[in-house]
Formats: sequence, structure tokens, C-alpha cells
Amino acid sequence: MALMQIAEPGESTAPHQHRLAVGIDLGTTNSLVATVKSGAAEVLLNHDSQPLLPSVVRYLKDQTVVGAEAKAAQAIDPQNTIVSVKRFMGRGIADVAKYGALPYKFIDAPGMVKIETTAGVKSPVDVSADILRVLRIQAEEALAGELVGAVITVPAYFDDAQRQATKDAANIAGINVLRLLNEPTAAAIAYGLDNESKGTFAVFDLGGGTFDISILKLTKGVFEVLATNGDSSLGGDDFDQAIGAHWRKQLGLASADHGDTRRLLMKAREVKEMLTTQVNAESTLKLSYGQEFKLRLSQDEFWAMTQALVQRSLQPVKKALRDAKLGVADIDGIVMVGGATRMLHVQRAVTEFFGKPTLNNLDPDKVVALGAAIQANALAGNRTGEDLLLLDVIPLSLGLETMGGLAEKVIPRNSTIPIARAQEFTTYKDGQTAMAIHVVQGERELVKDCRSLAKFELRGIPPMVAGAARIQVTFQVDADGLLSVAARETVSGVSTQIEVKPSYGLSDNEIAEMLKASFSHAKDDADARVLSEEKVDAVRLIEAVQAAIKRDGDTLLDTAERAEILAAIAALTPMIETADARTIKAQVAELSRTTENFAARRMDRSVADALKGKRVEDMQSL
Amino acid sequence: MTIDFTKNHFELFHLPVSFQLDSAALDRAYREVQREVHPDKFTLATDAEKRLAAQWATRANEGYQTLKTPLNRGRYFLKMHGIETEEESNTAMPLPFLMQQMEWREAVVDARAAKDEATLDALAAQKQADEKQLFTQLENELSQPSTFAAARLTVRKLRFIEKLGEEIDDAYEAVIN
Repeated sequence: MALMQIAEPGESTAPHQHRLAVGIDLGTTNSLVATVKSGAAEVLLNHDSQPLLPSVVRYLKDQTVVGAEAKAAQAIDPQNTIVSVKRFMGRGIADVAKYGALPYKFIDAPGMVKIETTAGVKSPVDVSADILRVLRIQAEEALAGELVGAVITVPAYFDDAQRQATKDAANIAGINVLRLLNEPTAAAIAYGLDNESKGTFAVFDLGGGTFDISILKLTKGVFEVLATNGDSSLGGDDFDQAIGAHWRKQLGLASADHGDTRRLLMKAREVKEMLTTQVNAESTLKLSYGQEFKLRLSQDEFWAMTQALVQRSLQPVKKALRDAKLGVADIDGIVMVGGATRMLHVQRAVTEFFGKPTLNNLDPDKVVALGAAIQANALAGNRTGEDLLLLDVIPLSLGLETMGGLAEKVIPRNSTIPIARAQEFTTYKDGQTAMAIHVVQGERELVKDCRSLAKFELRGIPPMVAGAARIQVTFQVDADGLLSVAARETVSGVSTQIEVKPSYGLSDNEIAEMLKASFSHAKDDADARVLSEEKVDAVRLIEAVQAAIKRDGDTLLDTAERAEILAAIAALTPMIETADARTIKAQVAELSRTTENFAARRMDRSVADALKGKRVEDMQSL
Repeated sequence: MTIDFTKNHFELFHLPVSFQLDSAALDRAYREVQREVHPDKFTLATDAEKRLAAQWATRANEGYQTLKTPLNRGRYFLKMHGIETEEESNTAMPLPFLMQQMEWREAVVDARAAKDEATLDALAAQKQADEKQLFTQLENELSQPSTFAAARLTVRKLRFIEKLGEEIDDAYEAVIN
């Protein structure tokens, strides 16, 4: 079976010391970066000494401003100040039209919209990369060193295009992505470790622009996601919009310009936040031409006008429970995540639905970043003692278009990842030599109601009578929840394979170019970085192989194999100080190749040992 | 690469080849294997190791999913013994069973149209009872080779029941929305 991987450039500090790794919550409204210091996860403060970096980017002609300063400029420069960019990730122009009137100049582009700004055309990936870059630099300064990598969180309900877009943004920002982690799962980690919880939990995560519900089973450090559901376009922003629409109607502001619309929405958010602690709230709106309005809203009014939004969040909860084959009584605890869960009527609705109080002893704004930091620390190999194990799922079914515009599911939603499934198709015309393969994601029967992820053609099928060819299409979802698809004609022995990425997809080269462009001194710095990464990779590989030989070489390697590996090490070692990146890379690949069988045997053995150990334990406990 | 894919799912988890299964032992073995092979344990490893980890974890997930649900396990168990269940090709079913299925499916369609959650609850309960009885029968048939062939029909019946369950789920979703 074809296995595809997206290469992750390693950029480790020397082994055997604490590796710097962070968790990043790239939120719709705010973003955070956290790390584990002396065993405890903590959020790193930004340049304004604040834990939260507003996810706002303002583009000026020759300057990019990120965070609070950009946020403050959203009303005076709405067209060039991008807020809530997360809602545009992996979305087309038809999708963003649903968000109502927005001040941006959108440009239609395959797979994902782009935005025209003073500083040129920006894709949501670029905007997100600008936010992530600030967070990376902030972390590197705070931790005084280069990061080995980061765990980036995404909404559990993000589809493949949205996940891929997030990973691309991180790569462009110069971040080695250790893992994309689902936000509710990250929150569960933070809770699970703090409270040593055991049982079945629901994580209700209502953020600024996205809603997730995940049902997880926790046992001895194992976090097993049973089902996930959500709405990737429901969040706190929609509550602001509801208040804004109400006032606009009430005050006759139908023709407000983009700047004033922003001002109104900022006031709506302010009043919404006030209503979490008081029954009435008021504020003053000052429009661009100086006119002032008194704004008032009561809790009752607010709750009534947004009840439908709250109800909308409960539908995915019911679906997730049904998929997990559980009832509300089976849920031992409900974890509330995301700033929008501060709204009292949201809390009340969730409490009423589950018939028990919710857990909110951790800051709902920080819990995702803290969980991500704990996972990043574990992935970087710093964690000792009891291991974490996350078994997560894909949120939406993956399938292919078949005759008549029908979607045939290949991997059903809530399948534990990584997963691979192959399905066979055949030709329907005599002599057919090509086949169009259309990959879709979603639950609906018709292709037009699902999200189109990629289209490609398998060519070079030898001419045969209709129905004789056997086209095997393999779907592979990796531990980041990212899909690769391969197609192969098996009957003729001729095998053609292709890898696909989402329609907007950036190639590895494009990402490398964008990364280079982001360095101020361009090519030289980027080249130096690449060389340093290759060196680190080489050192790490040699050490890992030597350690493996020491442990298992006597039992798992024959003389010839050992000699071949040792020769490859001997060839690589002097190159580290003298050779260029390309030469080192080639020899790293060669050494890696010579160790493949050895690595496979070692893994077989470790599995066998683990199961044997378990059985001995079981027998002893009898 | 020498990864051993000739082992069957039972052997993979060090479980006896039997339809009757200690599900707690399966859960435990699955987690033990994932603790060793999950890609999260190899984020900084060589490409070869990452590839192996992905293959192993995929394999463990597939094996676990196959053994965990009784219908998949039964089908797999029969296949291991060279018996195909012919769910796509063999449509011969006892008439009373088919009549019952059709009746229930119509009831699901009607309940869906009427947004009648109580009737769906009743149908789901009935479906579950029927399913449970068939699983007991399957377990008996798969406990001795002489009745393996007979188990094919039971598997095919269970596939009908599974489809009914999917229709009930779809109807629930339609009623909820």
C-alpha cells in the first residue's frame, strides 16, 4: 500500500536536553502560545504582557501589524485589518458570503478565497501565518532558544481543507508542526491531567467562530475520542452579529459603512461580555461622523434574540452522543471550553441538557493552549513517567464521487486515526484509459452537498473491456487527520499512483518559497537554516541508530546488515561538518534506508514484549 | 520492509481465535499496542520509523474495529475459515424475515415523515432486541465448525438489521434538525 507523508523539517536542539516545544491555540478571536516549564503548563505572555494575542492582522504598505494594535485599528481601516480569519481558512467565496456583510475585498480563488489589501493579495493562510510567526518569535524569545516544534490546535470539526490550510500556515511561519491537535482533545488533556479524571467526558467548545463537541473516554492516560461533531461556522461572533443586527434595526443604521459596522460589532461584544455578570448593560456608540447613540440591552432580550444560536449548538451534541452510542446519563463530566461558554444562557442550556453542572474550573480561554503544550512536551520526548496516548477520530466521512453524482463513503466519520481504506472501482466503457477521481468530505448523499477536496485523473489504464479494470483507490488519513489518496490499476500489473492535496493545495516547494520570502535577509538565512536542520537531523539519526544497535543489534541484526549500517554511519559522520545540505540529506536517506528492516523488527519486538508483559501481569492478578 | 502482515487480527492482539471474545482483554491489548506504535511516539524519529509507526497504528485500528463489533468479527471469523458471507451476491432470505424488515422500514419512513421520536425509540428498541437474539444465535453457530455454514445466513440477517439501524439513525437526525 502506498503511504504518503508530508515531510517535517526537523530542527532539534542537541539531544538529551530539554527540547523546547510549545502548544499554540490559533483562535478565531485570540491566539495563545503555552509551554511546559518545570512540569507545569503555562501560557507565555506576549509583548504587551498579555496572555492573549488578538487574532487580528493589519496590512500597511510596508508593515504588518499583529495583535492589539491591529485590533484597535479595525474601525478606521476595516478593509486592511483582517479579523476572524480562521473562518476563511479552506473556505471558498460562496462559504464566506454566508457570514454576512464583511468589509474585505474578496477574490475568488480555487478552493479558498483571497483578500486584497494595501500590501497585496493575502490568502487566509498568509494571514494566519503572520499571526503564527508572531507567536513563534514570542516563544523563542521567552524560552531563549529555537523551538523543536509546536502542536497547533484546530477545531475538531475542521475538514481536511481547513486542517491542511492550518498546517501550511504554520510551515510558512517557520514552525515545525509536531501534530495538529483537536481543540476539545487538547482541553481534555489539560483537565484530565489536572484532575486525574477517569470516565466519559463531553467537551463543549464554543469559540469565537467555531463550535465543537467531543465525547471522550479517559482511562489511565489514554484519551480515546468516541465521537465528535460540531459546526465550523458557529461561535461568539454570531452572537455579536445578532446584537449588532438588533441595534442597527432599532437605531435605523441600515446604511452604516464598514468602519461603523465594525464599531457597532465591537460595542456588541462589549455589551455581550457585560451581560455575563449583570442583568442590564449599556454603552455609547460614536460613529465616524460624530453622531452618538446610547446602546442598551438586557439579559432577557439578549437571551431571547440568540436562543436559536444556543439551540443550534445542541444539535451536534445529540448527534455526537448518538454516534458514541451513549445517553446523557453516561456522561460523567462536561468540560466547558472557549470564551463564548461564559455566556450564562449557554451554560444553562448545557447544564439542563446533561442534567448536571459543568466543569469550568480552568480558564476557558487558556485550557486549549495548556493542553496543547502538554502534548507538545510529550511529543518532543521531554515527558517521563506515565505516557499520554491520544486516540482521535476524523469528524466527517471521506468518500468518492460515483456515477450519478452520488458520494460513496470510503472512511466513515468518527473512525480512529491513523486509518487506511481501499476501495475498488472499475471502468464503464470499453477501452477506457483514464478515470476521474473526485474526493469529497461530508455526510450527505449527493456530491454537490459535500465539500469537494480534490479532483485528479488516473491515466494510463491499459485498454480493456468495460468492467475488467480494477482501480484500487486508497484513502489514508494520518495522525494529523490529513488525507492522502492514491489510485492504482491492479489487473494489468501496470500501476499508476498519484498523490493529492486539497484544491487550493500548496506544494512543498511553494511553502519553501514562501518561507524563504518571509526571512528578512531572504535566501542566505533560509539556506543557512536548511543546512542547520540537515545537520541536526544527521546527528540525531546517528545517535538514534547507535543506541538501537547497542540495545538490539546483537539479537536483531546479522553480520552483513550491521556492517552495512556501520558503513553508512561512517560515511555520514565526516559530512556533518564539511558537506552541503543536499549531500548530507542524501546520506541521511541512505543511512535511514539501511536501517529499515532493523526498525521494523524492533517495532515487532516492542509490540510482542508489551503484550507479553500484559499477559504475565494478568496471570499474576488471578 | 519486514513488517509482518500475515498475522490475523486475533494473533495481532494475542487473543485466542474464537468468535467469543473477552472485550476487556481486546481493549487492553489494543491500548498496549498503540502505546508502542502510535505515531505520537515517533514525531522526532526517522522517516522509516514514522512510516512504520503509521502502518502499525493503522493496522491496530483496523484490527480493533474488526474485532470490536460482533458483526464485523463474525464476518472476519468466517472468512478466516474460508467461508464467504456473500452479503452482496446472495439475496435469498426467508420470507417472514423479509416481510418483517419491510414492515419496520416502512414504519421508520413514516415516523421520519411525522417527526415521531417516540415511534423511533420503540423501533430502535425492537431492532436492538432482534439484534441481540441474532448475535446469540451467531455465537452458538460459530462455536462449532459443523454450523459455520449456517452462520452465513445469520450474518446476512444481521447486515439487514444493521442497515435498518442506519435508517433509524438517519431518521433521528432528520427529526432532530
